[in-house]
Amino acid sequence: MLMALLKRDLLLAFRNRGDLLNPLMFFMIVASLFPLAVSPDPELLGVIAAGVIWVGALLATLLSLDLMFKSDYEDGSLEQMLLMPQPAMLMVLVKVLVHWLVAGLPLAFIAPLLGLMLGLPNGGFMPLILSLLLATPILSLLGAIGAGLTVGLRKGGMLMPLLILPLYIPVLIFASGSVQAGVQGSDYLGHMAFLGAYLALTLVVAPVAAAAALRISLAR
Amino acid sequence: MWTRLKRLYHKMGSPKWFYEITTRWSKWFMAVGSILMLTGVVWGLAFAPADYLQGNSFRIIYIHVPASLLSQSAYIMMAVAGLVGLVWNMKMSFVVGKVIAPIGASLAILSLLTGAIWGKPTWGTWWVWDARLTSMLILLFLYFGVIAIYNAIENDEMANKAAAVLAIVGSINIPVIKYSVEWWNTLHQPATITLTKKPTMAPEMFIPLMLTILGFYCWFAVWVFARTRNEILFKERKTNWVKKLLQSGHKKTTGAQL
Repeated sequence: MLMALLKRDLLLAFRNRGDLLNPLMFFMIVASLFPLAVSPDPELLGVIAAGVIWVGALLATLLSLDLMFKSDYEDGSLEQMLLMPQPAMLMVLVKVLVHWLVAGLPLAFIAPLLGLMLGLPNGGFMPLILSLLLATPILSLLGAIGAGLTVGLRKGGMLMPLLILPLYIPVLIFASGSVQAGVQGSDYLGHMAFLGAYLALTLVVAPVAAAAALRISLAR
Repeated sequence: MWTRLKRLYHKMGSPKWFYEITTRWSKWFMAVGSILMLTGVVWGLAFAPADYLQGNSFRIIYIHVPASLLSQSAYIMMAVAGLVGLVWNMKMSFVVGKVIAPIGASLAILSLLTGAIWGKPTWGTWWVWDARLTSMLILLFLYFGVIAIYNAIENDEMANKAAAVLAIVGSINIPVIKYSVEWWNTLHQPATITLTKKPTMAPEMFIPLMLTILGFYCWFAVWVFARTRNEILFKERKTNWVKKLLQSGHKKTTGAQL
C-alpha cells in the first residue's frame, strides 16, 4: 500500500513538472540577487556564498512545502489516506520522502553551480553538497509539520514561514558552518555529525507530530 | 496527598471551579508577589552594592534576569498545558496554554529590551549577535508562531490543538536551538544562576534577585489566572452561573478585570 502511494506521488510529481521546477528557479534567482544587491566583488561574495546558498535553499524548500498535502487535501484523497490501515505517520513519511526527492535533492545538485557563480572557494564545495544531502531531509520533515497544520487554511502560505523557519535555524547554523569550515580548510565532520543527529531526532519526532497535525486539520 | 492532587486536577478541569478557585488564589499570589517585588526591587536598586566592574548599570539585572527566566519557563508551561490538553482532552488546559502565549512573548520582549539597555553601557552597543541574545530572539519568534496560529484558525478547538502541537514541537527543539546557537557564537556573560552550582554573585546582590524572580513568578500566575478567568467568562457567557455572577455585581470579581 505504501509502495503504491510512493509510486503514485512520484508519478503525480513527474506529471506536474512545472511545480518541481519553480522552487529550483526561485533558488537560482534568489542566489543571483545577492551579487546585484551586495557587490560583484568575488572575494566578498566568496565570504557570504555559503550563507546565501543556504538561506536560498531554506526559502526554496518553504515555497515547495505547500505541494506536500495541498492537492490531496483539496480532492479529498488525504482523508482516505488517513483511513488506511497503515499508521498515519508512515503515510506522512512517504509524503516527506517524495517531497525530498522532488524538491530537496535537486537543490543539492544545483547548489555547486551557484557556488561557482558566487565564487565559493574550492574547499567549500564538498561540505556544501554533503550538508545539502544530509540536511534537506530535515527541512522536508520539519516542513511536514507546518504543512500539516496549515493544510486546511486559506491563508496558510503566509503562516507557514512563521511556524517553520525558527525550527530551521539549527540546520542553517551547522550547514553553513560546515561550509565555512571547509573554506577555511578545517575539519567539518563535527558539523556533519550534528546535522546527522538532528536528522535522526526529526525523523523520529516529525512524522508523529505531522500526523497529529493532519488529524487536527481534517477534524472539522 | 495524591488523591487530593487528583481531585484538584479534576476540579480545575471545570471552568466554574477553575474560576472560583483561582479567584481565591489570585489574592494571595497578588499579595505575596507584591511584597516580594517591592522588597527585591527596593533592595536591589537602593541598597545592594554597586558592581565593581559595571557600576550601577548592573542593577537592571533585577528586571532582566526574571523576565528572561520566566519567558523561557512560560514556553515550557505552554507546551505542557498543550500536552495535557491533547492527551486528556482537558479544555481548561488549552485555555491556559492560549493565555500564556502573549504573556510569554511580552516577557521575551521585555527581556530583549532590558538586555539592549544593559548592553549599551556594558558592551557599548545595543545589540550583538551573541548566542544568548539570539536564542532569546528565536524564542520570541517561536511565540510569534504560536500566536499566529491562534489568529489564523477560526475554529477554537482546532486552533487550540494546532497550537499545542506546535508548542510541543517547539519545546523539543528549544535545547537543540539553544546549543546550536551557543556553539555558534558567545559573548554574553555566563548564566548568573545555575541550580547546580553555588551563586557566583555576592549574597547581598543575589538575595534581592531571588526575591524579584519569585515575585515575577507570582505576578505571572496572577496574570495567567486573570486572563484565563476572562476567557472563561466569555466562553461560558450563556451559562447560568456566569449570568448570575455578572448580575450579582462586580464587587467580588474585581480581580477578573485585571
